[in-house]
Amino acid sequence: MKKKVLATLLATTMVFGLAACGNSSDSASTDTANDAATTDDAATADTTATDDAAAADDSASSGDLIKVGIINNDPNESGYRTANDKSMKEMFTAENGYEASFAYSLKNDEQITAAQKFIQDGVDYLLLSAADVSGWDSVLQDVADAGVRVILFDRTIDADESLYEASIVSDMAKEGETAVTWLKDQGLDEYNIIHLQGVMGSAAQVGRSGALDEAVKNDGWKLVTQQTAEWNAEKAQQIVQSVIDSGEKFNVIYAESDDMAKGAVAALDKANISHGVGKDVVVMGFDCNKWALEELLNQNWNYDGQCNPFQATYIDEVIKTIEGGGEVAEKTIIMDEKGFDATTITQDDVDSYGI
Amino acid sequence: MKDMKTKFSVKNIFRNQIFIPIAAMLLLLIFNLILDPSFFKVTLGYNSAGNPVLSGYLITILDSGSELAILAIGMTLVTAATGGQDISVGATAAIAGSVILRVLCGGNSRPEHMQAPIIVAFLVAVLASMLCGAFNGILVAYFKIQPMVATLILYTAGRSIAAWINNNELPVISDESFSYFGGFIPGICIPTPFLIALLCIIVTVLVMKFTTLGLYTQAVGINEHSSKLNGLNPIFIKFITFVILGVCVAVVGLIKVSRISTINYSVIAKDIEMDAILAVALGGNALGGGKFNMTASIIGAYVIQCLTTTLYKFNVQSDALPAYKAVVVILLVVSSAPTVRAWFTKTWAGITAKNVKEVG
Amino acid sequence: MRDKAVLEMKNIHKSFPGVRALQAVDFTLCEGEIHALMGENGAGKSTLIKVLTGVYSKDSGDIFLKGHDKAVAIHSPQDAQNLGISTVYQEITLCPNLSVAENMFIGRTKGFGQNWKKMNAEADRILKSLDIPAKATQQLGSCSLAVQQMIAIGRAVDMDCKVLILDEPTSSLDEGEVEKLFKLMRDLKAKGVGIIFVTHFLDQVYEVCDKITVLRDGQLVGEYEIENLPRVQLVSKMLGKELDDMSDIKSEQSTYKDSDNNAPVFEAAGLCSDAGIKLFDFYIKKGEVNGFTGLLGSGRSECVRAIFGADRITGGTVKKNGKTVKITKPIDAMKNGIAYLPEDRKRDGIVGDLSVRDNIILALQVMQGFFKPISKAQAYKYADEYIKLLSIKTASADTPIKSLSGGNQQKVLIGRWLLTHPEYLILDEPTRGIDVGTKIDIQKLVLKLASEGMSVTFISSETDEMLRTCSRLVVMRDRKVVGELSGEDLTQNKIMSTIAGGDK
Repeated sequence: MKKKVLATLLATTMVFGLAACGNSSDSASTDTANDAATTDDAATADTTATDDAAAADDSASSGDLIKVGIINNDPNESGYRTANDKSMKEMFTAENGYEASFAYSLKNDEQITAAQKFIQDGVDYLLLSAADVSGWDSVLQDVADAGVRVILFDRTIDADESLYEASIVSDMAKEGETAVTWLKDQGLDEYNIIHLQGVMGSAAQVGRSGALDEAVKNDGWKLVTQQTAEWNAEKAQQIVQSVIDSGEKFNVIYAESDDMAKGAVAALDKANISHGVGKDVVVMGFDCNKWALEELLNQNWNYDGQCNPFQATYIDEVIKTIEGGGEVAEKTIIMDEKGFDATTITQDDVDSYGI
Repeated sequence: MKDMKTKFSVKNIFRNQIFIPIAAMLLLLIFNLILDPSFFKVTLGYNSAGNPVLSGYLITILDSGSELAILAIGMTLVTAATGGQDISVGATAAIAGSVILRVLCGGNSRPEHMQAPIIVAFLVAVLASMLCGAFNGILVAYFKIQPMVATLILYTAGRSIAAWINNNELPVISDESFSYFGGFIPGICIPTPFLIALLCIIVTVLVMKFTTLGLYTQAVGINEHSSKLNGLNPIFIKFITFVILGVCVAVVGLIKVSRISTINYSVIAKDIEMDAILAVALGGNALGGGKFNMTASIIGAYVIQCLTTTLYKFNVQSDALPAYKAVVVILLVVSSAPTVRAWFTKTWAGITAKNVKEVG
Repeated sequence: MRDKAVLEMKNIHKSFPGVRALQAVDFTLCEGEIHALMGENGAGKSTLIKVLTGVYSKDSGDIFLKGHDKAVAIHSPQDAQNLGISTVYQEITLCPNLSVAENMFIGRTKGFGQNWKKMNAEADRILKSLDIPAKATQQLGSCSLAVQQMIAIGRAVDMDCKVLILDEPTSSLDEGEVEKLFKLMRDLKAKGVGIIFVTHFLDQVYEVCDKITVLRDGQLVGEYEIENLPRVQLVSKMLGKELDDMSDIKSEQSTYKDSDNNAPVFEAAGLCSDAGIKLFDFYIKKGEVNGFTGLLGSGRSECVRAIFGADRITGGTVKKNGKTVKITKPIDAMKNGIAYLPEDRKRDGIVGDLSVRDNIILALQVMQGFFKPISKAQAYKYADEYIKLLSIKTASADTPIKSLSGGNQQKVLIGRWLLTHPEYLILDEPTRGIDVGTKIDIQKLVLKLASEGMSVTFISSETDEMLRTCSRLVVMRDRKVVGELSGEDLTQNKIMSTIAGGDK
């Protein structure tokens, strides 16, 4: 009996211990682009002046560098995020006049903690891709009080516009509209669509589904099935497989991500249903992964909508403007986003827009 | 005494462990038969590469349920020996898949040709996921950490490790032969994943027949003290079940990455651990360890896939799937409760008694 | 109902799948009476008790209670308690980390309010009235087992009980504690409570009981006044046969003649383990039966566990036939021909959910190794062989061992070890908690095995059992070997004085 109690106790402690470990490891991933050691903890944070980033690049004295703290989502989340993070790291280097620290988390509270730490570190700019839209008011107020400027990227938040300088985002609804307009222009005899949705309620899903739903309502298109595959290729494959097994006719696959389109195509291949330019089924994807654009180039797919992960250049411009004493004209900056058609895409497009 | 052994009565069927998954499977099949008999249609066609393939809902179930069936084998052993479950199998499968791609690509995320034979990549993945299993096994068997807590570590960290193995790249294998494992081998019309699952089952049957693994794991699961005094090494046996599960996970990883020729670290084999545990439970095995019935677990795995496919067929929103699985779990728990079972047996006895009277 | 009867059970039937556990059993308990319920394991005692306490529902029959005109219906333990039937089990079912008073009143308060002061005062009153040496505010776990047992009784009595069932209450108590318990039982008897006493200890029955009801194979043998039923007759009624067996054993005893030129099969020197025993030396010869004796906790089990490698060995050597062998874990010992039947059958012996067959072959299987499984057919052959040899009562070889009675479980475990054909068999309390018939079977078996050349170590808490079977006794005190007795010295008195250290 005693032993059991002890075991349970120990187990409980373990869980808490683990939870604690989880926290600490997450905050430990708050590292600079150049060296992890610089922002290890509060102790070193006080003496950030002796920065490895600066040491690595002696030519620029640390005073000239603009200090930015970047709070992003976990780069493993998706190919989009990986590309986004990569472009950030490429942009905010000492060569370009920046000294950057990064923090990653998919959780709002951890992101807020990271923000507070960046205030202490005395960054000049805080670049934020928030996990949740709400809960940022007070911490952003603190940031403003500390004289730090905030630039949002990729995701907006529910906070007063005065709290940030600019918000650089994709317009998911517009991405959807571009895609649906393209589909309309194809002038198919009938539209029997398999609609593979992302995780329900996510901004990308809502935007990309909205345009299609609208068209289905107005143009008499038919949804053979409308299912969420939760960005998961395997699930998409199973859903399409299920439609194929049922023998229902379809001629369009509208997948809200490249991964899901890939899963769908795997099911088509298995059933010998031809797809691509001039074939039985029109395949549409989003995100412009390099491999997806290659599929377009090979005319296996028909369309891929871009979701631009390269906010870094926009942010750079905004910072340059502010540093130069200028005013940012628009608070909300919508990025250019293209839709690629298999019949017109070129190798150059693949190279420059593939992520 | 001999008669008792061979005697086959309805009462025994109710009491037999394998009754639950088979009954569940029949229930689902009958449901489909009534609503739409085309569920059972199997046709022979050709895929885009011109190879003969079988298709139909039943084939889809056998195909997609394979990974779960393979995992159920390992999970049953772990459950039996340790009285706990491994919740890191999904994350470990991601690691295994990532390792396979890493070896095949050799660092280049979009190679023209595979940089190594598939078998080599697979063996390296087996090694990697055996190591993961060994890590879990040491925590559970040697340090006596509760299995769910111990495997929580890899559950949390596994997918990041998987991403790290490929430097956060998403490699794509364009070589046709790599897709055989998740699709069809030219000339064979049965989905390869099912063949692989079948192979795993055969190997398991042989292992059960030609080794004492079954007896040892059950003995350790039921009474560790006693097993120790009978010369067994409970620590090693618990450890080895995790390593065996590791091998199963590597096979699953191979099938998963082969299905789409690439990997998505955050969603590959997502939530599969819960399905695997459910398969074990659906097989009527006590999750607290001890006696197990491997066949029942494997059937349980296919029951889950059958449920999933059925729901897809009827266009049920796929994010509602977990809710339906929850219903299954509830039914399962209730129906395996002793009181309900006693009631079943009693009611059945009543029915048969009546019939006998009427006949007589 | 009979005059003064508080409880009358009539024509009780109860069957389980394949077993008729009770057939037409009558039982009557009078006011102010201590009534022993006797029978071998599997005779139906516990089934009868469980029917009475509502754990099982009876198939047919009636239960009458004083003060109720009609037969009462008992469907749950709660019903039984409300009718004034209380049970105190062998294992204490109270909460050791609560106070004595809390334990006495737990689950009995109405509503959520609790007057702690009143509760403690009330508890003290009961403790005092029953002369139980404990305080209301004391933590239960700090009391001795006997006192805990008495508190459990106190709790039962306070719930206005008319029928008190004591199910093997003395098995974990020492003699002094048993004496205290008996005093309490007599006090209660004087207060008019009817007590049903279930035990294996014949001495205790004759010390405290007024009447005996004997069950055998689910049937009533009879109800007897204690003075009209001598011990020998009681035993023969329980077994259902005239009892010459006891004398059989006597005649078989000490066929072993020790000759000095007979070299030991096993000898240990300076052996000790992390279980806390001091260094000890030990030897056993071919065909010899020896024993370890001493009070509970004196280290007898730890000694044999060390020989078997069951605990971590911290020093010493073991020689087999003069050659040093390395025994660090049980499998080493097994491969050297040692078999060990552990003291705690439930915890260390049986693998509950596995079948009798699997339990029998387990040790042999482990010795054969991972890649040489015993075929199913062979396993059945082994199982049937030992079921027959040891006359194990089981429905089939496929029955889970946990559904067998204690004595039969023990026989299965002995079968398990005999199947490995050991040269040296260690039996640690093989007769504890099992019925008289099986006890005698086991003693006879030990002597038979020894006469066939097996060396046996036999440990038992019952000294006369040891005297009957062993030709040499190692005496232990405080985890140390303090003496060795053989031949003429093998008497009850000598053992006692050695244990007590009276030599010095």
